[in-house]
Amino acid sequence: MNAIRPFDIEAIRADFPILGEKIRGKDLVFLDSGASAQKPRVVMEAMLHAMQHQYANVHRGLHWMSERTTEAYEAARDAAARLMNAADRREIVITHSSTEAFNLVAHSFGRGVLKPGQAVVISQMEHHANLVPWQMLRDAHGIELRVAPITDAGELDMAGLEALLTDGKVGLVSITHMSNVLGTYTQAERIVQLAHAYGAKVMLDGSQAIVHRRVDVQALDLDFYAWTGHKLYGPTGIGILYGKRELLEAMPPFMGGGDMISSVSFERSRWAEVPHKFEAGTPAILEGIGLRAAIEYVEAIGFDAIGAHEASLTEHALSRLSAIEGLTVIGRAQDRGGVISFTLAGAHAHDVATLLDRQGIAVRAGHHCAEPLMRRLGLDSTARATFGLYTTHAEIDALADTLDRIRGFFA
Amino acid sequence: MFEDLRDLYQDVILDRGRTPRHGQRLAVFDADAKGDNPMCGDRVHVFARHTDGRIAELGFAARGCAVSIASADLLAEAVIGLTDAEALAMGEAFGAMAKQGGSDDPSLAALQPLSGVAAYPSRIKCATLPWAALRAALTKAPGMEEGVASSE
Repeated sequence: MNAIRPFDIEAIRADFPILGEKIRGKDLVFLDSGASAQKPRVVMEAMLHAMQHQYANVHRGLHWMSERTTEAYEAARDAAARLMNAADRREIVITHSSTEAFNLVAHSFGRGVLKPGQAVVISQMEHHANLVPWQMLRDAHGIELRVAPITDAGELDMAGLEALLTDGKVGLVSITHMSNVLGTYTQAERIVQLAHAYGAKVMLDGSQAIVHRRVDVQALDLDFYAWTGHKLYGPTGIGILYGKRELLEAMPPFMGGGDMISSVSFERSRWAEVPHKFEAGTPAILEGIGLRAAIEYVEAIGFDAIGAHEASLTEHALSRLSAIEGLTVIGRAQDRGGVISFTLAGAHAHDVATLLDRQGIAVRAGHHCAEPLMRRLGLDSTARATFGLYTTHAEIDALADTLDRIRGFFA
Repeated sequence: MFEDLRDLYQDVILDRGRTPRHGQRLAVFDADAKGDNPMCGDRVHVFARHTDGRIAELGFAARGCAVSIASADLLAEAVIGLTDAEALAMGEAFGAMAKQGGSDDPSLAALQPLSGVAAYPSRIKCATLPWAALRAALTKAPGMEEGVASSE
């Protein structure tokens, strides 16, 4: 698992069959991994193998197929625990998405542990997944929602965050670990220290960060950490919520149904132990098997190599894009990664995306599920290029060269 | 490099997208509504003034891509002089043309440059957004709270 191997970009690209596709006769340049990443062959093979040779429902069958499938599925929990250095596999709740993870915490921690009059703090640069569930909690349960400011550079304003904590009413700080628009890495360690000093728990949105950096939930002393499988080269339909065991145990269930109970009668039901208390219904079995393969794939490459590749791509992209007349990179955080939003003077982001697409270059354009952040920045939309393991410097050159021509098209 | 994109970005689209002729709110108007495509962030607010039962003037305030701005600008010219019923019918015909990529309807001649969106499924809603806003403006009852239309 920890075998040291040089970062061989060609070998990595060969692991992702889709990268050989042509778009209207041109090589696919996929710069939209931050929305959803492509899948390596090992993920496909793991899921296919399960369907062909080893599949049944989990946690309930007494037969060989069910027992083997349960082992294969539960191995995803171990892989996720190892990836985040969780102390206990029971601290890993398998959800269907990171959005579900936020809704779970907003419901079970928000209603079950927080008391009306307490507050939740988010930031101005949150994805809607880490905003709307808290608005719903606010409206249903009398929890105040506070929004920590960001600086004009696109960094979390730590003094502004502290100012929201000083009255001691805040029960939870829920902030992104890496902005899906600005590429900013927030300072997880300082956020946790600050929040804990004022008695608040901390949840981080790790969907972007987990792809690029080693995350150690124990070293960071995180209370909750959520991320999605499909951005980490795994399948859609599966997400991970890490929660400290004592917190998960204090929380009531989220959804009711099979698998989350220990006994049921018409009068009452008893809940299963954590984490199964939060996992109602048949889980995403095949997706769990695929996610485990994705985690092992990423671990085999190693975060030192992944981080170095991302840093190199980011530096190259910032240098090439900044040189384009009329192009503005949005956000200039000190610590930033392979998520780059930009605007081009005289050309709307959608038009830019359509023209890039004509050259086989896939980027996202719009508000990136972060409308309040767009408003804070005074923008309607941006184009966004995001990088993955398989992104090359040549692809960034293709993006920059094409953008330069697009500028001429709309001039 | 982008010659094959000229079906979508004809000169009139680029020109109207850059410098629309009717891109301002009217000082006096008797009907208005907003159109909003939340998935992409395009917004348009159309304003109409009627005289003798016909649209006498139309203006809009919009933030969006070249296609949506150009569509709003061409809409403004196309509906002047029409009754509301005629303008609504034209909106229906335009929506069909945007999906099918062309139309024999002579009344749509000035709007034909927008039919190129048919080849770009994700961009059809850019062209139809101003028409959705116009429909909302013309069909909402007086005094009704401001409607927000969407073409998504």
